[in-house]
Amino acid sequence: MRPIRKLAGRGGLYTLVMTFAFFGAFPFYWMIIATFKTDHDLFSPMNNPFLFNEPPTLDHLRLLLFDTLFPQYLLNTFWVGLAVVAITLVTAVPAAYSLTRWARGWGETMGIGIFLTYLVPPSILFIPLARFTGALGLQESLWSLILIYPTFTIPFCTWLLMGFFKSIPKDIEEQAMIDGESRFGAMIKIVMPLSISGLLTIVVFAFTLSMHEFIYALTFISVSAKKTVSIGVPTELVRGDVFQWGPLMAGALIASIPVAVVYTYFLDRFIAGFTVGAIK
Amino acid sequence: MTRNGQEPSPVNDRAAHTHRLVDSEKWLGLVMISPALLYIVALIGVPLVLAVLYSLSDITTGDPNYHIVGLRNFRNVIQNHVFQRAVWNTFVFTIISMTLVLVLSKILALVLMKDFRGKWLARFLIMLPWTAPIALGTIGWLWMLDSVFSPIDWVFRSLGLLGTPDALLGPNPNLYWLGVPTLAMTSVILVHVWRMLPLATVIVLGGLSSIPQDLLEAAEIDGAGFWRRTFQIVIPLVLPIMTIATLFGIVFTFTDMTVVYVLTRGGPVQTTQVLSTWTFFKGIEGGDLAQGAAISLFLFPVMAAVAILMLRLARRTEVA
Repeated sequence: MRPIRKLAGRGGLYTLVMTFAFFGAFPFYWMIIATFKTDHDLFSPMNNPFLFNEPPTLDHLRLLLFDTLFPQYLLNTFWVGLAVVAITLVTAVPAAYSLTRWARGWGETMGIGIFLTYLVPPSILFIPLARFTGALGLQESLWSLILIYPTFTIPFCTWLLMGFFKSIPKDIEEQAMIDGESRFGAMIKIVMPLSISGLLTIVVFAFTLSMHEFIYALTFISVSAKKTVSIGVPTELVRGDVFQWGPLMAGALIASIPVAVVYTYFLDRFIAGFTVGAIK
Repeated sequence: MTRNGQEPSPVNDRAAHTHRLVDSEKWLGLVMISPALLYIVALIGVPLVLAVLYSLSDITTGDPNYHIVGLRNFRNVIQNHVFQRAVWNTFVFTIISMTLVLVLSKILALVLMKDFRGKWLARFLIMLPWTAPIALGTIGWLWMLDSVFSPIDWVFRSLGLLGTPDALLGPNPNLYWLGVPTLAMTSVILVHVWRMLPLATVIVLGGLSSIPQDLLEAAEIDGAGFWRRTFQIVIPLVLPIMTIATLFGIVFTFTDMTVVYVLTRGGPVQTTQVLSTWTFFKGIEGGDLAQGAAISLFLFPVMAAVAILMLRLARRTEVA
């Protein structure tokens, strides 16, 4: 009786896993299929949509890479991400350090306060910010995104880093300072090397969060050549009213998978950042 | 310190040194935190105040001159039936999708607690909706819900449920997912659930794995069955973390405009409009910044409530 029940449990487990994996991944499978299908195959309602009824083709990929601005979108996204990472590092690292090392009560409160600003939704901020970037002469410029994206990366990354810095005992730095290091020197030479994994985590998140961003980019940028992947693919790969599904799906796929791989790898730390307050 | 013939007292020297250090450290601490604070105040705090001011003014993109007009915008906004629809929709979307996410994430987390072959792949696939950029994932759904080439319709058709005169789902060859109000609502909710489920699952998973295993084993030995263990041990213990997951989910779902914007643009005939998309269409595309700001401020109460709940929760766990 026992082994049968166990086997049934096993079967049930795999069924559940497969159902959930199917639900999560099917849209991406759908992208892969559309990327390599010929238009004729794609647009025949009688054909089985899940399979290749005609030999696969690279036409859509070729069109996407050579006849659209897609490579430019990737490049724009990359530059914005890089600049946002730099700004986030320069502001969040000292802030988190300061809050964990000189904090007696107010530091923790202020940390929570900073974290809560992460909850202020872009849907409220984008109208004033659109005027703001306009007044600075940054409309239709990637600089507007570089300026604004840190508003969501700084609160989150500061909070995340506070967790990492807290786990490094103060004694190590104090010892270094007694040995003649300045406070700043101790921070750079002792604390930073010990927090490499924390720093790497915020680099990854600052980058992926700016790559995911949609509302600000949609509001601030309407010139095709300046778009990021997130808005370029959904708004530009449409000719007139006709969606070019092949290249569209290829673009969505190419931009999604690499970032998803990196993100998955760092996901646990991201969640740790979310929940430090709750577990403790 | 003092070298005029006297033996410097090591105690005094040390005290002075510490004093100077503490003094300069206080400044250093302030200097280090100021860039982040400045950023938050200038680009979150000030815009938040500006949003309130705009909502009380007559500012538009065409005429950025600024006159206070009182509550006129709010009156106009509230009387608009699209706005009323948007408020209703925002609540419906948030409540239904969060309920589904909570139930499903609990199940999925329990599944992922087990060991099985190919777990890393399953995990990667399950996490995809959250890890891939949402606008691009939604584009995939847009093609899946296409009015002619939807694979879901194809499956129904080949099962004989659709497209024949006496078929269960109607004689039309397609369901027109994004063209019929109830189906469009269903689609938006479905994509929200799809999107939030991975995040909620990992958070719940974090909570589940922090439950001491021997506690569960002891309960099992004492004769507590699966359901009893679930309801009397597991759920109470993961409750704080579930609350965090729920609160985040509420804020993200309540204020998100990407799914609706990409999938339906609020259509058909405004039936899937939500507060954030309506803000965008009025404020940015329509150019009426003042009304847009007024609409967006209706998001604020829910956000503030969530923030307060989180603070109370954080304080309670600190005390415990």
